Amino acid sequence: MTTIKKLINKAKRRLLRMHFESNVGHIGGNLSCLDLLVCLYHKIIEDKDAFVLSKGHAAGSLYTTLWSLGCLSDEDLQTFHQNGTKLAGHPPINGIPKILFATGSLGHGLSLSNGLALGKKLKGEAGRVFCLLSDGEWNEGSNWEALIFAVHQKLNQLTIIIDCNGLQGFGTTHEVANLEPLTDKFLAFGCAVTEINGHDPDNIIEALSLTMTKPHVILAYTTKGHGISFMENKMEWHYLPMTLEQYQQALEETSL
Amino acid sequence: MRNILCDTLTKCSDNPKFVFLTGDLGYQALEPLQQTLGERFINAGVAEQNMVSVAAGLAKVGLQPWVYSISPFVYARPFEQIRNDVCLHDFPVRLVGNGGGYAYGVMGATHHALEDYGAMLCLMNMRVFVPAFAADVLEIINQLHSFNHPAYLRLGRCEKPKDVDLPPYTPWRRLLQGEGATMLIVGPLAGGIIDAAQHLSDAYRPNLWILTELPIEPAKIPQDFLDDLEKSGHLFIVEEHIAHGGVGQIIARCLLEMGRLPTKFTHRHALGYVSGLYGSQTFHRQECGLDPTSILEKLKG
Repeated sequence: MTTIKKLINKAKRRLLRMHFESNVGHIGGNLSCLDLLVCLYHKIIEDKDAFVLSKGHAAGSLYTTLWSLGCLSDEDLQTFHQNGTKLAGHPPINGIPKILFATGSLGHGLSLSNGLALGKKLKGEAGRVFCLLSDGEWNEGSNWEALIFAVHQKLNQLTIIIDCNGLQGFGTTHEVANLEPLTDKFLAFGCAVTEINGHDPDNIIEALSLTMTKPHVILAYTTKGHGISFMENKMEWHYLPMTLEQYQQALEETSL
Repeated sequence: MRNILCDTLTKCSDNPKFVFLTGDLGYQALEPLQQTLGERFINAGVAEQNMVSVAAGLAKVGLQPWVYSISPFVYARPFEQIRNDVCLHDFPVRLVGNGGGYAYGVMGATHHALEDYGAMLCLMNMRVFVPAFAADVLEIINQLHSFNHPAYLRLGRCEKPKDVDLPPYTPWRRLLQGEGATMLIVGPLAGGIIDAAQHLSDAYRPNLWILTELPIEPAKIPQDFLDDLEKSGHLFIVEEHIAHGGVGQIIARCLLEMGRLPTKFTHRHALGYVSGLYGSQTFHRQECGLDPTSILEKLKG
């Protein structure tokens, strides 16, 4: 097993433990984007770059990824969702240097990323800006405002990663507000588009390494609840916490 | 006031941190600023939600963004972006709303800003500036350059009478003295009321105060104002804003907390669309009893 796969596995088991110990749901959408976040933070992001988690309900994945980098401690993760924590259910306003914005209401992160990218451009600073959104989040009109702006302002150092797990709050993305063909829409708006398997580290790292002459959209096809048999593609794992039996099974399924 | 905003900001354009975003408005007004600022003047298009969050992102990297539109399009449309992205993070983003109150007149209700500062004052860290006269805009902008928090600036049309000299700018200013009510006015409609009230006899002429910065901090209410209020026993508030969240409510709470309640309280405020018909700003002020004639009648008892 490659080093990056081991890192993802370690983060995944820590994510499961954190959600189990805190008796918290939202695990499905965390598992769909964990591979993306671990690859991004361990292989791509440099000090001069910035990241915005627009799908704030995947805070668990972000906290666990920052833990895998040594930016958060085990003790920090043990406070997740507890009274007096800085690790709220969605990214906090301040207190964690690598988290730039409190997100959680969908459709904000891309515009914030636009601001970071435009600011870097106006200041003549180097650095890329990455933004991770969910697929359901493209129901929000503000994202399309943001996309028009990014292309028009030539924010070419912007990489938009979309966690396409196909499930949203109360149905599949096809059932709720079908946006297909999504790829064609991004192309029509003037973006560069790359489609990848969002659980294949080589695929992820290769796509994230690309530099483009337009804002770059990476459509990462993922599985909600990825890697845990009873969670995969099940909408209820957007909400449910794990029982002890389910947690033990999840650990077995992720043991190396 | 828009022209003085443009002139003042144009003079500040050598500050490399200054960035100006407009929601596709400013025709025949902001062109000099656009020319001077170059790439730091961004027409963000008719997309106010994105524009406000972009400003938050710019502030995060240390820039000083100003965001401009017609008032309701800058405070109401992107309300959640102001709340989450600007105010929660306490970013120094300046929101400029042109056309406070009924200033857009017969353009209709969608263009009026009747609950703007009340809505903004509900948000954490937000400070509101309501210049009453064009000269106030210059003072407020100069102050905002070193103000490190979110701000909303409500612009209107200056109505200062020619024969009235303004005292140096402070958030509370007394422009008339008399033996009548203690009057507190928010916004440019003060000009017309001063013009009419200055000719009243001593007995009816109010101690007329102008308030330009919100929220009200009880400790900063001038002692002279409190003395006037104690003497007259009648607080008379005039504002082109609905009662809810307006200065009438805010100051009543402050005075209650301070144990300085007057015996009489009059609050003239925006009432929406009384007849259901539309007209000029003057028409709407008349419908709400905010015009100088109505105010004078009330002052004379």
